[in-house]
Amino acid sequence: MLTKRIVPCLDIKNGRTVKGVNFVNLIDAGDPVVLAKQYADLGADELVFLDIAATLENRGTTLDMVLKVAKQVNIPFTVGGGISSVEHVDALLKCGADKVSINSSAVKRPDLINELSQKFGSQCVVVAIDAKQIDGEWFVHLAGGTIPTDIKLFEWAKEVEERGAGEILFTSMNHDGTKAGFANKALAYLSDLVNIPIIASGGAGNVQHFIDTFTLGKSDAALAASVFHFGEIPILELKQKLKENNIPVRI
Amino acid sequence: MKLVIINYGAGNIKSIQFAFKRLGVEAVLTNNIDEIKAADKVIFPGVGEASSAMRMLQESGLDKVIPTLTQPVLGICLGMQLMCNSSEEGNTKGLGIFNVDVKRFSNQVKVPQMGWNVIADLKSDLFKDIKEKEFMYLVHSYYAPTCNEMIAKTDYEVEYASALQKDNFYGVQFHPEKSGIKGSKILENFLKLKTNN
Repeated sequence: MLTKRIVPCLDIKNGRTVKGVNFVNLIDAGDPVVLAKQYADLGADELVFLDIAATLENRGTTLDMVLKVAKQVNIPFTVGGGISSVEHVDALLKCGADKVSINSSAVKRPDLINELSQKFGSQCVVVAIDAKQIDGEWFVHLAGGTIPTDIKLFEWAKEVEERGAGEILFTSMNHDGTKAGFANKALAYLSDLVNIPIIASGGAGNVQHFIDTFTLGKSDAALAASVFHFGEIPILELKQKLKENNIPVRI
Repeated sequence: MKLVIINYGAGNIKSIQFAFKRLGVEAVLTNNIDEIKAADKVIFPGVGEASSAMRMLQESGLDKVIPTLTQPVLGICLGMQLMCNSSEEGNTKGLGIFNVDVKRFSNQVKVPQMGWNVIADLKSDLFKDIKEKEFMYLVHSYYAPTCNEMIAKTDYEVEYASALQKDNFYGVQFHPEKSGIKGSKILENFLKLKTNN
């Protein structure tokens, strides 16, 4: 049986790991390569690296980091942040990234999803969607959640699937950084709406939140950062609790 | 020992190369037919779309060479699928090494299957010291149905062949290079297979 995935997210800035609370007040939480290797050993199912300060100038630094991670880590990992071209994705995959995550660039130019999935296969194209619920309706936000759009979450999710995305990473801006649980109602709706895996992101605070997102939220994977980086929830203990609750996990 | 990874333009081969490096073996990336023929062990990788990968093999003449190899050959993911008779992906003919036709999962399940699932009914030296129902990492939308050449099976909507073997040809649907220490063990087992069958 396919298991539910636990995915620590490492936010990267200038080659270092950081985690924002509601995307501000950054706190340093270590060396990405050391952290990645540690997570692989502790039972993480895969990893996401998000370059939150990606620019053309520091692209080389990120590629170098990806290469270092690929050399040492024996579980899959995704790289996201500032990716907007086929050439950039080609370079990341050649450095050993398994998947790439695109966000604002896909909204600005949706054909990018088609181009990437045709050239590299859907399996390596993750479309990240940051959305905020405003008066009951979910709207897509850009640039790390700072720029609102009038694009509706569920319409966009359907479109990215049709264009060839292999997976959707959905972050609720209402929940991110709150540690009050994932946006399970929206997640469950998404999961029924599309036929590709959904990674839940934003709101992880305790074990029950993970149980809830895999059951009520119908999520295929759950992503979190600070609860893992600061050791608040040890991954193995989390997986044991999930197993006790009849949620299939890899232990 | 000379290990080569067939480099025909498909997919993430760096990860495979690094996985062998962690085992202390330098794998050479090549599309040179003589170099491939002369190797002790051959890795046939593949990520991407089947019909375009098949075209790349045909353009380089590798489609004719691979089925004639006599040393142990390990196809990984799409590599394994291309070693089958055909694939529904792009309706392409395969290399015809494994007598099975690759099909797409139905929409009763999420496609691609992405994540860790178990392999069972293990029947090969490739799985020496690997326990039944060990977890492996898989990412795929197409699968090889159960067949005579099956040496491991996995369950996702249907039971299907997650590993195949015929003579010196081995294929795994999962990514051993991304499946933690157990995946690494399978690669190590492959390196230990006898070279002349």
